[in-house]
Amino acid sequence: MAERGRYGIHGGQYVPETLMNAVMEVEAAYRQCQADPAFQRELTELYNDYAGRPSRLYFAERMTRELGGAKIYLKREDLNHTGAHKINNVLGQMLLARRMGKTRVIAETGAGQHGVATATVAAMMGMECEIYMGREDCERQALNVYRMRLLGAKVHPIDAGTGTLKDAVSEAFREWANRLEDTHYLVGSVMGPSPFPEMVRDFQAVISREIKEQLSEKEGRLPDAVIACVGGGSNAIGAFYHFIGDPTVRLIGCEAAGRGIDTPDTAATVNTGRLGIFHGMKSYFCQDDQGQIAPVYSISAGLDYPGVGPEHAYLHDIGRAEYVPVTDDEAVAAFEYLSRTEGIIPAIESAHAVSYAMRLAPTMGKDQIVVINLSGRGDKDCAAIARYKGEDLYE
Amino acid sequence: MSNIARAFDHGKAFIPFVTCGDPSLGTTEAVVRAMARAGADLIELGIPFSDPVAEGPVIQAASHRALTAGTTPDRVLEMVRRLRRTETVPMVLMTYANVVFSRGVDAFVQAAAEAGVDGLILPDVPYEEKAEFESVCRRYGLDFIAMVAPTSGDRIDRIVRDATGFVYCVSSLGVTGVREQIGGEVRSMIERVKAVKDIPCAVGFGIATPEQAAALAEDADGIIVGSAIVQLCAEQGADAAPVVEDYVRRMKAAITQGKENS
Repeated sequence: MAERGRYGIHGGQYVPETLMNAVMEVEAAYRQCQADPAFQRELTELYNDYAGRPSRLYFAERMTRELGGAKIYLKREDLNHTGAHKINNVLGQMLLARRMGKTRVIAETGAGQHGVATATVAAMMGMECEIYMGREDCERQALNVYRMRLLGAKVHPIDAGTGTLKDAVSEAFREWANRLEDTHYLVGSVMGPSPFPEMVRDFQAVISREIKEQLSEKEGRLPDAVIACVGGGSNAIGAFYHFIGDPTVRLIGCEAAGRGIDTPDTAATVNTGRLGIFHGMKSYFCQDDQGQIAPVYSISAGLDYPGVGPEHAYLHDIGRAEYVPVTDDEAVAAFEYLSRTEGIIPAIESAHAVSYAMRLAPTMGKDQIVVINLSGRGDKDCAAIARYKGEDLYE
Repeated sequence: MSNIARAFDHGKAFIPFVTCGDPSLGTTEAVVRAMARAGADLIELGIPFSDPVAEGPVIQAASHRALTAGTTPDRVLEMVRRLRRTETVPMVLMTYANVVFSRGVDAFVQAAAEAGVDGLILPDVPYEEKAEFESVCRRYGLDFIAMVAPTSGDRIDRIVRDATGFVYCVSSLGVTGVREQIGGEVRSMIERVKAVKDIPCAVGFGIATPEQAAALAEDADGIIVGSAIVQLCAEQGADAAPVVEDYVRRMKAAITQGKENS
């Protein structure tokens, strides 16, 4: 990073003046926490005792044998409390919010995983919690909406725009501008104005730190490729971060291609978007030729976002990471494949990464190693996937 | 002196905002002419953006309707060119960073200047990020309008030092939209701005009634009204111009009256 908050030309702090002081307060508080061993100790304790870290690195033996190429390991973020990597970031920011004297958190959510994680930790820490979620997402992830309410959060369905993740983010920014004094906006991915992309990445980087240690123990070496799905990109940057300086490790982000990158029904930002400024950051965005943000589509509510975190945009620019498109059909096939082959039902988001690994591993040598970041569990997706397959199953 | 600074020459300035293209650019053109006739001192032309994060429900909905009707920056600038044949009232564009950035900042600002636009307001570009927009605006003779908010605190000093045209004072927290009560921070905000330099201060966000406008005009040099006018346009559709004209006339009278009384 050349300049604080910038990743090459990406990043920055493009928010209304009303929010600038709040963003700068978060930044100052985060700098203090970074330098404070007591904060780090408390966070590690919560990671271990509350979230159940370290998450396992599992050798997928049957999948490896069937695909007949590289050895495949699954980083089991799906086994964390609340069923996804999202809790890593939520625990970090919630501790930060408490230190800042905030008593209320707000958050956006797409698939509902970040909303559930936020509602969960808010309950544990006794914080007031309100979640913004697109109307369409509320419908396709009804179980998570119930979970959040059960945990004591208030869920606001958003009708504006396309009723998906980007509209939930916009609404959370609006609500933050409305009530700053007691409220922290707990941004759920490596996006938004600085310092959020950096801070969320740091909280998620525990994933790659553990992968490195665990693989070193099991195999005595680095992986050849790390594969993760990318919406905003928090689980991917977490899985990549400690390998960025290891040039032999391929870093592969799997974008949601929806019905295909040559159709308008896609959310593959790096593959189909172009440089823009939105939601507080300069990065790549799906947009039309007039700069209007595109109504993106993916079967996965968690990847259904028209932008990508600025650090991913930068890793793409410098060629350090690759961003590949994976369609709905491919992700659903991988969802079923991993369930049958390893007895692990992946989140439909994570299934995008599984799918690309299924394509890549057979082209690699048996002495090579691929790590898939299994960012979340798929129970939440079962009803939607059943419907996708034409089975009339309702929650 | 820029054309915008001259807007504050005739007593308290009334600054109406309209979302261009809601329901059509033809209507917007008629509305702008009506505003000018009614005594508007400066007019803010909103170029609709798909995801306007600083706007409340009224302008969000208007932006959506305008985009659905096919409004583009080029068509808005064509309208400005038509207006400029007869209208001398200062006009500023208000839109979001991506609309300008996606076109290319230089190309956008040049086209705006050639059409007769006097300034640019981008609510999602704060002081820290303004360089790449402001430098281009300066080159083409546009004012890049600075905003200060009740939360700006010490930032006001550096924001105002660089400001040209006028300073847009955000009346209260939150997004655009009519409010019953306007926060009490406006006076101290304006005092702080004036302590840095003598530049006109216009207050916006939440103002709808002549009473609110008159009260705020005791301290402010100008009053900005957006959502209340956009709401009139939404209700009146293609027949909005005379209704808006009447509204602007009443608002201008209220702030002028207020000044005479003080």
